[in-house]
Amino acid sequence: MAEINVPSSLDGVEPVQSVRTPIRMEYTFTPGVAAQTYLREFGNKKILGNVSPVDGAILVPPRGADPRHGALCDEFVEMPHTGHVGSYCVTNVPIPGRDLDLPYISAWIFLDGADVGFLNLVAECPPEECRIGMRVEAVWKPDEELGMTAENILYWKPSGGPDIPFEEAGVRGWHARKRGETNA
Amino acid sequence: MESNERLSAPLVLEYPFTRTTGPVIGAFLTGLREKIVLGIKRKDGTVLVPPTEYDPETSEALTDMVEVAQTGEVVTWTWVQEPRDQSPWDKPHALAMIKLDQADTPLLHAVLVDSPESMNTGTRVRIKWREETEGHIKDIEGFLPIEGDDG
Amino acid sequence: MHESEAKPMRKVAVVAAASRQEEKMLDTEVELMIPLISEVKAETGLDQTEIGFTCSGSSDFLAGQAFSFVMTLDAVGPVPPITESHVEMDGAWALYETWVKFQMGVIDTALVYSYGKPSPGSLQDVLSTQLDPYYVAPLWPDAHAVAGLQTRTLLEQGIITADQLADCAVRAGTIESREEYFSQPMLSDPLRQADCPTYADGGVAMILAAEGKAEELCEKPAWITGIDHRIDAHHFGVRDLTTVPSARLAAEKAGVHDGPIDVAELHAAYTTHDLLLRKEIGLPETPNHSQRSYPIKADTLMASGLLRIAEAARAIWEGDANRALAHATAGPLLQQNLICVLSGESN
Repeated sequence: MAEINVPSSLDGVEPVQSVRTPIRMEYTFTPGVAAQTYLREFGNKKILGNVSPVDGAILVPPRGADPRHGALCDEFVEMPHTGHVGSYCVTNVPIPGRDLDLPYISAWIFLDGADVGFLNLVAECPPEECRIGMRVEAVWKPDEELGMTAENILYWKPSGGPDIPFEEAGVRGWHARKRGETNA
Repeated sequence: MESNERLSAPLVLEYPFTRTTGPVIGAFLTGLREKIVLGIKRKDGTVLVPPTEYDPETSEALTDMVEVAQTGEVVTWTWVQEPRDQSPWDKPHALAMIKLDQADTPLLHAVLVDSPESMNTGTRVRIKWREETEGHIKDIEGFLPIEGDDG
Repeated sequence: MHESEAKPMRKVAVVAAASRQEEKMLDTEVELMIPLISEVKAETGLDQTEIGFTCSGSSDFLAGQAFSFVMTLDAVGPVPPITESHVEMDGAWALYETWVKFQMGVIDTALVYSYGKPSPGSLQDVLSTQLDPYYVAPLWPDAHAVAGLQTRTLLEQGIITADQLADCAVRAGTIESREEYFSQPMLSDPLRQADCPTYADGGVAMILAAEGKAEELCEKPAWITGIDHRIDAHHFGVRDLTTVPSARLAAEKAGVHDGPIDVAELHAAYTTHDLLLRKEIGLPETPNHSQRSYPIKADTLMASGLLRIAEAARAIWEGDANRALAHATAGPLLQQNLICVLSGESN
């Protein structure tokens, strides 16, 4: 890169090499038609799923769409508060902005009857005992603290009972139920 | 199940952004910190303020920076009645393109007058510097009219 | 350099379009787009596996989410995997990319869509972040102020008059009469509210097809006979704000005046822009037809331009025009301009 010639009035001064230009964008975020329905009922301690109009797949949480087909989902179904671990990860290092006790377990939770999972915490479980197929149940905040927020469920804990077999756990369950093609 | 009452929640995205400047923009901002204004010369001798690294028409790299005057003339303007939250100004002001003497292109900045009635294209203005400068376009607090009342 | 004979451009047509605008939508971007995308697929009988390429335009800054366009693919149904691209631009540029892909000969059909939801965010702040990050954006000038700077120059140099601005606002439908215009206080001196856009959430989806396929999908394909886009300098100070060279050049390259223009859909969010564009493109100041979805009344960032192309196509399909022009713009002060000429005839 060519030398820039600067007038002598800047001789000897420390050149500026960077400048702070922060930005802040504020939004009033609205959740959308399906998510709003889901959140209202979540505030009533109910978990809803969407039913795909194409093949009846149960999608939790509901987003008003079956993404495989680009189809609108306006049918809801109430889900049990039990399920199993489809996959999981044990984290031993802290994440900035979160104050979770270490180590903690993040898991892909598949509710009984659901065809897709969602991310949440598993706790009250020693990490070495966590496994794919482990049955879990929701641990909610006390009733008086419930709101229309994902924070209602604190975590999922082992519920006992026989494991879901590995070949049927998580996304493998899709094939086990003969649902057909997926990207999984 | 649907109700007309909409749920909503505030969402804030903040980006700290410390941008590297390179030698040309860096020199301009260094100048501002030192309370002088630099422009950059095109091949035809005309001076671009604020300076760009490349000629906007020929794309050739520009390297020759010169100091320009701190007085100039309003080329066009508008009135900002309600500055944005992140704006450097917290009261109504004129937003103008100002061509500094010895520069051939105008610079965007504020003219600190109290009402649009005080603004005219062609008005002569001078820079009002902030006391503490840091190497930022805001080191210029704004421009003030040279003759007549300044606000 | 060896100059080869230019190959004739492959003929591409817009064969279906669906659009929606609403001031403040409750729907997510996905819920907004699913019915529009489904409608154009149903109209043409194509399902996603038969569509060669999918391209969209949108802005993460409107959604407040990085890579938000990936989430919007839920509206497309990308299973099995699709060939897809996205531009952080008005959908008119997604259409341009798609047109180029047709010219490469690798596709015969395409889905193009764009959308924007300005209502949840602070649009003026979003628009300020597109400005020069060192010299201009930190001053946070709003879009109306920036447009005001250009308007004053035009007025003071006698290139346009306030009466012309007023008449344009009446034509756009933001006010009923010149009297009403002049009774409005200044919003961004010399611009009044009637000169400035009001914003709406919205989206548009369309199907494009090449010659040989378009005729199967649509009774009267709206053929793209010319399309071009150009960009002027970014820095305000180096531009002559009384002209729009990029619009003039794009219009020339798109062959706007190769024939009469029956309908012109201009992406003019401000009265000033409408007047300037008409001068640069060579269109009558007062068109002898009414423009339908005039963006000044409902400007949907990221979709307004593609919406213009959809409206121009509709004019062809409905027999209101044999030759229509659609324009899209991006950046402050009409910095970048795209011109698309549509015709009911393929040549």
